[in-house]
This record gives sequence, structure tokens and C-alpha cells, in this order.
Amino acid sequence: MKLLGNLNWDVTPFSDAINDPSTNTFVAAGAASLVIIGAVSVLILLTWFRLWRPLWRDWLTSADHKRIGVMYIVLALVMLARGVAEGAVMRGHQAMALNGGPLSADHFSELFSTHGTIMILFVAMPLVTGLINIVVPLQIGARDMAFPVMNQVSLGLTAAGAALIMVSLVIGRFETGGWTAYPPYTGKVFSPGEGPDYWIWSVVPAGLGSMLSGINFAVTIYKCRAPGMTYMRMPLFTWTALCTAIMMIYAMPPVTVSSLMLALDRYAGFHFFSNDLGGNMMNYANIFWMFGHPEVYILVLPAYGVWSEVAATFSAKQLYGYVSLVTATMSIAVISFTVWLHHFFTMGQSASVNIAFGIATMIIAVPTGVKVYDWMATLWRGRIRMTVPVIYLTGFFILFVIGGLTGVILANPTIDYQVHNTLFLVAHFHNVLIPGVLFGMLAGIHYWFPKVFGFRLDETWGARAAGLWVVGFCLTFLPLYVLGLMGMPRRSPSFTDPAYLPMEYLAAFGAVVILGALAATFTTYIVSIRHRKWLAVPLGDPWDGRTLEWATPAPVPEWNFAVIPEVSSRDAFALEKEGGTPYAPVSRYADITLPRRTTMGLTVCVATTGTGFALVWHIWWLVILCFTGLLLTMIARAFATNTEQIIPAAEVARQHRRWLDAIAQNTGITRDAECTSANRGLAAPDEVIR
Amino acid sequence: MSQNLHPGLNLGASHGDAHQQSELSVFGFWVFLMSDLITFGVLFATYAASSTPIAMAGGPGPAALFDLTSTGMQTAFLLASSLTCGMASLALKYREGPRRIALWLAVTALLGAGFLALELRDFADMIAKGATPMRSGWLSSLYALVGLHGLHITAGLVWIVVLLLLIWRRGVTDLIKTRLLIFALYWHFLDLVWIGIFSVVFLRGLA
Repeated sequence: MKLLGNLNWDVTPFSDAINDPSTNTFVAAGAASLVIIGAVSVLILLTWFRLWRPLWRDWLTSADHKRIGVMYIVLALVMLARGVAEGAVMRGHQAMALNGGPLSADHFSELFSTHGTIMILFVAMPLVTGLINIVVPLQIGARDMAFPVMNQVSLGLTAAGAALIMVSLVIGRFETGGWTAYPPYTGKVFSPGEGPDYWIWSVVPAGLGSMLSGINFAVTIYKCRAPGMTYMRMPLFTWTALCTAIMMIYAMPPVTVSSLMLALDRYAGFHFFSNDLGGNMMNYANIFWMFGHPEVYILVLPAYGVWSEVAATFSAKQLYGYVSLVTATMSIAVISFTVWLHHFFTMGQSASVNIAFGIATMIIAVPTGVKVYDWMATLWRGRIRMTVPVIYLTGFFILFVIGGLTGVILANPTIDYQVHNTLFLVAHFHNVLIPGVLFGMLAGIHYWFPKVFGFRLDETWGARAAGLWVVGFCLTFLPLYVLGLMGMPRRSPSFTDPAYLPMEYLAAFGAVVILGALAATFTTYIVSIRHRKWLAVPLGDPWDGRTLEWATPAPVPEWNFAVIPEVSSRDAFALEKEGGTPYAPVSRYADITLPRRTTMGLTVCVATTGTGFALVWHIWWLVILCFTGLLLTMIARAFATNTEQIIPAAEVARQHRRWLDAIAQNTGITRDAECTSANRGLAAPDEVIR
Repeated sequence: MSQNLHPGLNLGASHGDAHQQSELSVFGFWVFLMSDLITFGVLFATYAASSTPIAMAGGPGPAALFDLTSTGMQTAFLLASSLTCGMASLALKYREGPRRIALWLAVTALLGAGFLALELRDFADMIAKGATPMRSGWLSSLYALVGLHGLHITAGLVWIVVLLLLIWRRGVTDLIKTRLLIFALYWHFLDLVWIGIFSVVFLRGLA
């Protein structure tokens, strides 16, 4: 037995580049160098600016839902940078892929496999989870999540999966069977290497983490609402978070189970999905998509929640059709569990089974259509301000409807037979995921950023980024519809028909624009941090907001609310402002109990990453060491005492009164001035629109 | 927080704060169990889809492998352990003291260990007959479903040990009351899943 399992010096892209110098190996070695340079520069910067202590005290060991949410989003943005870069490399390669191309077929396959896995599980999911974490307790008047430490553990598990995918860029190779990792191709017979194992041990912890997040969100929303916050008074983002949470609880176990079954096939010679001895890969397809389809709605529902908040706030109107939006959200959550088979119409079911799922798929477009009309009706005759979230909303309106319509086209099995496995499909799901989920999350970040950090994001750079995302998306993905209809198969490392070239060039140019959009997004954050004094909104209500989270200072104190508010209506804060009674003084403050800092999440993260890495490389002693460590950490937690800290009432009172005094001394601004430095986060009485 | 406390297993108003405080964890654990049931459901579905001659791949089938006497005894052990676990819950609710609670928990653990021993013996017998999980798709799904339940029981045994240590060191504190409620939910849930396994796998396999 070897001490380091299957590890040796030949598994890095650097040794490939030395042994076989070519564009292909240089691209791989370059990507690996970027990971190493990135990691090392982060370490150097942390040391240079002496940030280790604050990082440890305020972030890594914090159980505060807002900080955990921010860490989720930071993780997602790092992974987004890699995912976008991979997308650009793929578009660049394909533009040169007539009769071959710079990258090898296997390398290209690794790219689309990591790109898909990263974008779904390590960009979209952490963005959604992070935003829900930040916003929901504030919207329902809670001090924290129901289970703050479990929240940390969820983050640790997701981060472990992400870490393993980053490691796969430097040590060894990733899987080549796409983000769905269909066996039998990903079984031991056809993929004997470490690739599918990297996929499995990234997906399993992320799936567990998301399941735990779902439980946390659901229990928080069911049990921790402020007095008077009845279900039909909850802001719509909280409603979508609730539906997403329920879907996470039910949809995450299947992917964990199917991945572990694949692992048993690969490690122990089981025959779940093999070609011989009674294995059946259709079981995999069914189980995987029992997760996979609800997953897309897990991602898009919170984006719908963001649109609902953004449309109401930036048109200064009550949300139109609240009840129909709630009903539509619930309907989508339920119907999304009945459509999974449309992901494999061509894999052997009878026509009657196919058409049943085809009809269910078309039906799910109806509640989404209802929502689009509701948002448009919300904007109708409102006082619309073209802030960055509204630019994203505009792009979403037009592009997402196109994506939805091509979805209805694909829902028809007869048409699906013609265009399945072509770039038409690739264009469709990017068309719903980018304008739907990504635009929604970027708009949400812009909208709630001041609440968390105390200053707004720069509007000019934000608008540039939004514009580039919209244009870049159109240039990159609309041509893929054409290529798909021309018959170009997806995942092609090369092609022989020169007729594909013009659209390929256009898409490659679009990828450059998207790189620009990504750069502009990061520039927005850097510029805003530089100008944070000018952009500061300490009084907490920069957008003349309507819901509870805007009735707190910015940044929000660790305990969220000095006293838990009593809620008497929907949009309660907006009504208080109309009635001239916001920011009521508090007569009596009480001590506040909060969870103490803990290293639980971080320990779970390290132990899980170690277990996964050791499993990938068959380093059995390390598997035992890390997994035992993981179990002991959990058992030790049962014995932990002194897990809570008390914030004295005097401290709460001091901070709260200081904030109320600052409000009393400020005159506030009207909506027209909200993008100027006069905006300190207090909304002056303004025209009321019904 | 919502004032409607959860029906079902609870401490009762006489336990004061602990009664209120347990609500969040107990409700959260119910939700987790729903999720865990999906996990078992997926494996039940895989087992059902694999109960075909093709998936048995010419290997041994239920008639050659299942021993109803043994699985019947396992069922008896597990049902009895659920009863003793219920006795532990009653001892908690009616404040019969830490000794009584610990005693019932220990009996529960012993019965659970008995169940596990019989199950492992069955697995060993099957493997001796050449029916390893690597032999066929059907056997893979059988071992996964029954094995996952066994793994849950094992985790439950570890859990009981932790609970006993906590009771021994700290007595029956509010926090431990909550954990006892949650453990009881878990243990009864495993009983329920076993009824499903016993009916779907063993009884139907020999019917």
C-alpha cells in the first residue's frame, strides 16, 4: 500500500505541460497557476493588511446569519470568476474548432463538466443561499436563523465541495461526463481515473449542506416570525425563500443518494448503474433529475422574490397581485416535482409517458407568466427610478420571456426529438439561468448591499456592469439557438461544417463582452469600497423601502432589532412612513441572547475537504483520520456548554438611541435624490402612489 | 415565536421553559425526518425497480437468501426497543428521575444492538452463499436499502451512548430533555422504516 494512494508527481497539469508542450497543456497549466497564484496572493494580502484576526473573529467563526450570507456570496463570486473564464475558453476554443481546435477533446469535456457543476452548485446555489440568509431573518423580524451553528456547518459543507473542485484544477483531472455525470460512462469501466470521484465528493457535501440550509430556512420562516407577521403579510422574497427551502428539503436527498450509489459502483464494485450484472442507468437518470428539475426552481424562485421587492420599491407602489404571486410561487414549487422526465424524452419511454410530462412542463410556464404580468402591473403608473436593479429587471423581462418560450418549445416531445442534445438546449438553459437567476441575484446584491455594509454600490459602474451583462448575454447565447437549429450538437470539441463559423465567431465575441461584464461587476465593488464615505447610508433606508429590513440601521447590528417589532399589516414600514409614525422610540430594552462564536463550521469544512480529497486519491489512512475527526467534532458539540452570549440591554439601548438621534437630526431625501451623496438612508415623505 | 406548539411528542406544560424551548429543535427534526424519508424512498424505489429477473442477473434471489425467522426476530427486537424508548419518554415526561430514563435508554440500546447483530449475521450468511452486493443489481439495491437502515440504527446506538454520558454528567437539563425528545422521534422513525423494509423486501420477496 502506498502512503499517498494514487498520488504522484505526474498528475499535475505542470508535468503534462513539460512532457507534452502544446496549447492544450499550456492552457491547463495556466489555469492551475492562476489557482495557485490566487490562493498565494490572498494569503499575502491577508498578512500584509493584518487581516487574519478580523477574518477569524468576525467571519470564519461567526454564527451571524448576515456574515454567513456574505461568505456564501463571496464564495459564489470567486467560483463565478472561474466559471465565466471557463465559458470564455470554451467559446474561444469552439470558434477555432473547425476540423480540430487548440484543446484536446478530453480537456474540452473537463471544461464543460466543471463549468456546469460550478455554475449550478457553487455559484447559483451559494448566491441564493447567501441572499436568503442575509434577508429572510430581517424581513420577518427574527434575531437569527433557527439554527445558527447548523447554518455555519451548511456553509462549511458547501465550501468543502467548492474547495475540492478548485483542487482538481491543480492535482489530477476532473470528470468528463458533464455536470450530470451520467453512468455508465462515469463508472469505473469507462472512466477509471479520479475525475468522477472529484465530481462525487464535491457534489455530496454541497448537497448535504443545501439540505441542511433548506431545513434551517423553513424552520426559521415557520417558527421565528415576529408577532403579527402572518403568512399573508410576509414579503414576497420570504415567500419564495420558503418555497425554495421546502424544495431543498425534498430535492437534495436524491442527488446525494444517486452520487453515493455511483460511488459504491466505483469504489466497491456494486452494480447500480453498470452495463452488466443487472445495473440500470435509467435509475440514475430518474433519481438525478428528481433533484435536477426542482433545482432550477430552487434557483429561480428567490430571483422571482428579488424582482417582486425591486419592482415594488423602485416604482414606489404596493406589489400588484400579492395573492396571485404567492399562489404562483407555491404552484411552481409543487409542479416542479412532476416534470423531471422532460430531461430525457429520448431515452426510451413510451409516447404517452412523454406527453404526460410534456403537458406538465407546459403547465409550469403558466404561473411564471402570471408573475411576469404581476411585476409589469406593479411598475404600471409607478414612479420608476432606473437604478441598477431596475436595469437588470428590464433585461430580465425581455430575455427571460424568450427563454421561457423556448422552454415551452422544448416541452413538446416531438420537437425535443429534433433539437435535443444540440446547442439549442444550451441556449435555452443559459437563457433562463442567466437573465433569471444571475441577473436576479446581482440585482438583489445591489439592492441589499447597503443594508449589510452600510454604503450603497456605485450606480455608474453598476449600470455599466448590468448593460454589459445584458449585451454580452445576447451576443453569446442567442447565436447558439441558431447553431442548435442548424443541427450543431452540444459539447462538440470540433466540427466539420464551416456554416457554423459566423455564429461561433459572434458567440466568441459575446464571451469577451461577458468577461467585460464580470470585470465591471468586480470594479463596482472596488469603486464602491473606495467611495464608501460618499455612498454611506447609516440611517438604513436608502431606497424608501417598504418592508421590515429597511427599518433598521445600516449596517444592521448583530442582533438585527433592538426590540422585536410587532407587525400589523403587509408593507408595514411603508404604511408607517405614510402615516408619519416610523422609528417609534422604545421605552424598555431587554438583554439579547445570541449564539457565541464557534469553530464548528470551519472544522467540518476542513475535515470534509480532507475526507473528499483522500477518497479521490485512495489515501485510506487520511480518509479514516478526517472522517473520524468529522464524527468526533459532531459528538463533541453535544457536550459543548456556554454556547450563548448576552448583549446587555444598556448596550442595545445606547446604539439604538444613537441611531434614532441621528434620524431626528437628518432631513431625509426624496426618491429623486436617492442616487446622490445626500442619501444618508432616510427617506423624506414623498408622493404616495396607490 | 408562534405560540402554537407542536402536537405529538412533547414535554407538557409542567416542564415550563423546556417545553417552549424544545419546540424549534423538535419541529426542525420533524422536517429533517421528512427529508430522510425521501432518502429511504429513493432507495425503496431503486429496490422495487431492481426486483426483476434481469436485475438479479442469474444470481441468488429472495427464496434462496431470506430467512423469515431471523428477520421476524429482528422485527420483534426493534418493535420492543420502540416500546422501551417510549417508556424512556414517559419517564422523562412524568419526572421519574434520571436513573429510570437512563435504564430504559440502556434497554433500548441493548435491543437495538441485538437487532444489529442479527442483521449482520444475515448479511454474513448471504455473503457466504455468494450473494455479495457485487453479484447483481438487485443485491446492490438490497444491501443499500437494508444497510442504510442498519447504519441509522448504529448511529442511534452512538447517540444513546452520548445521551447516557450527558445524563450521567449533567443530569436531566432542559437541553437534554429536548435531545431526548428528538432521539425518540428518530428511533420511532427507524421502526417505521423497518416495517416498510420488512413488508416490501422480506415478506413480498417470499410471497
